[in-house]
Amino acid sequence: MRLFLTLLFRNRLAALGAVLLLALVLLCLVVPLLPLADPNVTDTPNKFLRPFSEGHLLGTDHLGRDLLSRLLWGTRLSLAVGVAAAAAAAFFGTLIGICAGYFGGWIDNGLMRLIDMIMAFPYILLALAIVAALGPGMLNALIAVAAVNVPFFARNIRGISVGLTAREFIDAARLSGQGHARIIVTELLPNVLPVIIVAISTTIGWMVLETAGLSFLGLGSQPPQADLGSMLGEARAALIAAPHTLIVPGAMIFVIVMSINLLGDGLRDALDPRLRSGALARPSPVTRIARPAPPPAETPARGVLDLDGLTTRFEVGAQVYKAVSDVSLTLGKGECLGLIGESGSGKSVTALSVTGLVASPPGVIAGGAARLDGVDLLSLPYRDLRGLRGRRIAYIFQDPLSTLHPLYRIGDQMVEAIRVHRKMPLAEARARCLDLLRTVQIPNAESRLSAYPHELSGGMRQRVGIAMALVNDPEVIIADEPTTALDVTVQAQVLALLDRLRRERGLSILFITHDFGVVGQLCDRVAVMYAGQIVEEGPTASILAAPAHPYTRRLIACVPELGGGRRQLAAIPGLPPAVNRLPAGCAFAPRCDRARPDCQRDPIALRVSGPRAARCLYPEEALS
Amino acid sequence: MGRYILYRLLSAVPVVLGITVIVFFIMSLIPGDPATAILGAYASPENVARLNADLGLDKPMVQRYFIWLGNMLTGDFGRSFSLNRPVLDEILERFSATLILAGVSLLICAVLGIVAGVVSAARQYGLADKAITLAVLVGISIPSFFLGMLLILIFAVQLRWLPVSGMYEVYGGRTLVDLLRHIILPATALAAVATGVVARLSRGAMLEVLRQDYIRTARAKGVSETGVIWRHALRAAMVSIIPVLGIQAGFVLSGAVYIEVVFQWPGVGRMLVDAILKRDLLLVQGGVTFVAACYVLFNIIVDVAQSLIDPRIKA
Repeated sequence: MRLFLTLLFRNRLAALGAVLLLALVLLCLVVPLLPLADPNVTDTPNKFLRPFSEGHLLGTDHLGRDLLSRLLWGTRLSLAVGVAAAAAAAFFGTLIGICAGYFGGWIDNGLMRLIDMIMAFPYILLALAIVAALGPGMLNALIAVAAVNVPFFARNIRGISVGLTAREFIDAARLSGQGHARIIVTELLPNVLPVIIVAISTTIGWMVLETAGLSFLGLGSQPPQADLGSMLGEARAALIAAPHTLIVPGAMIFVIVMSINLLGDGLRDALDPRLRSGALARPSPVTRIARPAPPPAETPARGVLDLDGLTTRFEVGAQVYKAVSDVSLTLGKGECLGLIGESGSGKSVTALSVTGLVASPPGVIAGGAARLDGVDLLSLPYRDLRGLRGRRIAYIFQDPLSTLHPLYRIGDQMVEAIRVHRKMPLAEARARCLDLLRTVQIPNAESRLSAYPHELSGGMRQRVGIAMALVNDPEVIIADEPTTALDVTVQAQVLALLDRLRRERGLSILFITHDFGVVGQLCDRVAVMYAGQIVEEGPTASILAAPAHPYTRRLIACVPELGGGRRQLAAIPGLPPAVNRLPAGCAFAPRCDRARPDCQRDPIALRVSGPRAARCLYPEEALS
Repeated sequence: MGRYILYRLLSAVPVVLGITVIVFFIMSLIPGDPATAILGAYASPENVARLNADLGLDKPMVQRYFIWLGNMLTGDFGRSFSLNRPVLDEILERFSATLILAGVSLLICAVLGIVAGVVSAARQYGLADKAITLAVLVGISIPSFFLGMLLILIFAVQLRWLPVSGMYEVYGGRTLVDLLRHIILPATALAAVATGVVARLSRGAMLEVLRQDYIRTARAKGVSETGVIWRHALRAAMVSIIPVLGIQAGFVLSGAVYIEVVFQWPGVGRMLVDAILKRDLLLVQGGVTFVAACYVLFNIIVDVAQSLIDPRIKA
C-alpha cells in the first residue's frame, strides 16, 4: 500500500488530480457554511452581470441569480448525485455479480444474458428510456444513470466471484455448514471489495458527467434547483448575450472530470507492473550505441565478419546487466561458426548486436565493433545500416510463429524483403520467392506463397524463415537457434538444408545454438559462451575430442549419443550467474569441480594457442 | 465468411428480441395510468378511456407486448400523437440525420485518433508524444455539450466562419457544401472524447506491437522505420484498435443526443428528448428499439471487419 501511494505520487499529474479533487470535495462540503447569496433568489434587473461585478464575483445568470453561489451549490449537487449513482450502481451490480458468480449454473446464465441484453443498448438510450418512463427529475436521472452502469459492475464482480468460489476457503465454509448468505457476506464480499472500490473510482467521473448531461437536456434537475448540467442548459439560451454563464459551469465540469481522469490514469499506471519495469518503452530502430572510444571505422578485414571486443549491456533502472562482455570473433568466408552456450549466456544478444537489433531501451552497445569486410557496422549512419540489413547480413530467427508477421501472407513478406532494397517488378520478385521456397524444399510452394504463417507447420515456417533470409543473396547469415523449436527429424532436415545452401552459395554462417550435437553436424569452428564471455574457441572436431574449458566438457557431456552405451548424462549443477552481479574472476568457478581459490580473484584472459583458445587457469587439456 | 455472417445475424435475433422486452418493460414502469400520464391529470375520463383503447392499453401486458412486436415486424410502429405522423416515418427521417452526424464523427475519430496514437507511439516521450498526450487529456475531459457550445461561441458567433446550428440553411437547396459547413462543428464536438480514447489506445497498442519479434524481423530485413511503423506495426495494432472503434461508435451514437440538442441537429436523439418532454411514449419506445437494433447490427459489422483484418480468427 505504501509502495502504491509512493508510485501514485511519483506521478506528478496524478498527484495534481488527487489534490484538485480533494480540494473540490472539501469545498463542496463547506458550501452551506460559506457566506454565499441564496442560489435561487432571482433579481432580474441585475441579470447577466459580468464576472467581477459588485457583489457577484462570477456575475449573474439570466434571472440575476448569483453565479458563484449557483456554481458551488450546483457542483455540490452534481458530485453528490454522481457519488450516489456510483454507489447505487456498485451495490446492485455487486449483488448481481456475486449471485451469478457464487451460484453459477442457470442463475449465472440467466443474469448474465440479461446483462448482455442491457449492454446491447447504446449507453444513453437506456437512460433516456428510463427517464421517459419515470418522468424528468433529479432522482429519476440518478436512477437511470445508476441502472445503465449496473452491467459494468455486475460483469467485473462476477468474473472475480467465479474465481473465488472455486477456491478452497469457500469450499471449507460450505462444508462447515454455513448458509449461502453468510458465506457471501463474510467470505466473498471482503475479497471483492477492493475491485468494487477501483471500479467505483474509475466510473464516478462518468456518472457525474452523465447526470450533468441529463440535466443539460432538461431531464434531470428541475428549475430552480441548480446543478452543473442544468446551468449549462440554461446558458445555452443566452450563449451569445452572456458567454460567461456557459464558461463558469463548463470549466467546473472540465476540472472535475480532468482531475478524476488524471487520478484514474495514475492509479492504472501504478497498478501496471509493465510500466514500472519499462517494458512498454518503444524499441528504437537501432540499438543505442554509447562507446567510450569509437573504434576506427575501417580496418583490414580478417574474415567476412569480425567482432572486435563487442560489449552490450542492458540498463534497467540502476541495474546494469552485462549481457555481452568483450566478445571477439572472426567469421571467415564460406565458414560456419557455431556460437554455443546456455540460455542467457549472451549468444543471441551477440548476434543481434551485429546490426544493432538489440531492443533499446534497455539495450546499449557499450563498446567494440562489428565489422563487415572491415567496415564497422555500428559506426554507420542508420540509412546505411538499414541498407545492409537483410541484404548483406540476413537473420534466421528461432520460432517463426512469432518472428513472421502474423497478418501478412508468406509471399508478401518475402517480396517485401526484396523490394525494400531494390526495385524489382512484383511478378519477378514473386517468381524469385517461389524459386527459393522450392530451394528450401517446401511442397506446393505455389500455394504456400499466399498462406499465412499460422497455416504452416513449424518445420515449414522455419524453411520460410530460411528462404526469406536468402532472398537477397546475403554474404553472411546469422542463424539464431533456427532448429530449437523443431522436432528431431525436421531439425536434421533443416540442418542438412543449411549445410547444402552454404556449400552451394558460399555463405558464411554464424550459427547460434545451445546444442553441441547440432554444432558437430554443421560447424567448422565453434565458440563457447558463458555469462557474456567467450570461454573457449577452436575447430569443432578438436574441441569435441578434447575440450579445454571445464564448462565446454560439461556442455558436451549433456548431449545424449545414440548407441553410446550407458554413458552418464550429466546436467550441469547450479545456474549461470546473474549478469548484473558477475564475479571478478571466472564466472563458471562456482559450478566448476576444478575451481581453485585463485580462479575467482582476477579477470582471466583468453589464452590463445594455435587455432584454439580457452579462458581457464586450470584447463582440462593443456593447450600446447 | 458467408456462413459466419449468417450465424452472427441469426444469433442477433434473440438479442433484439431481448431489447424489445426490456424497452417494453421499462415503458410499463410508468407510474399510474399511462393515458393519464400522457394527457395530464385534468383530462376527462372519456378521453383517457379512448386513448387507452387507441393505445391498446386496456389489454393485458403480455398481449400488448406481442401486439406491439407483431406490428413492428410489419413496419407499423404506431402513430406519434405529438407529431401526428407514423412513428417509423419520423424515426427513419431523423435517424438518417443522426447517421450522417455520427458517421462523420466516427471518421474523424478513427483517422485522427489512430494517426495521433501512432505518431505518439513512434515518438514516445518526444515533444509530439507529450503534446498529443496533453491534447488527449483535454479531449477526454471536456463534456461534449460544453465543447459544442464553446465551438459555436468561437467559430460561429465570434469568427462567423461557420453556421450556428441546423443541418441546412433554411432557405436554400440541400447541397453537400451546405451540409459540410453545418456538420463541421457538431461532428468535431461529438468526436472529441472518442478521438482521445482511440488515440490513447492506439498508442498503447502500437507500443505493445513494436516489441514483438516480427517487428525485429522486419527491421532485420531492412524495412525502413516508416514501413515498420505504418505497415508492420499498425496492421497488427489494428486488431486491437478496431474493437475499440466499435465501442466508441456506441459512445458517439449516445453522445449525439447532446450534440443534436446543442446544434439543433434534426436527429433521432433530439427527437427522443423532445418526445420525452412531451410524454410521447410510442415515439420513445419505437425510437429506442429502432436505434438499439441498428446498434446490434453495427456491432456485427465490426466483428466481421475484425475477422477480415485478422486471418487467425476462423470465420
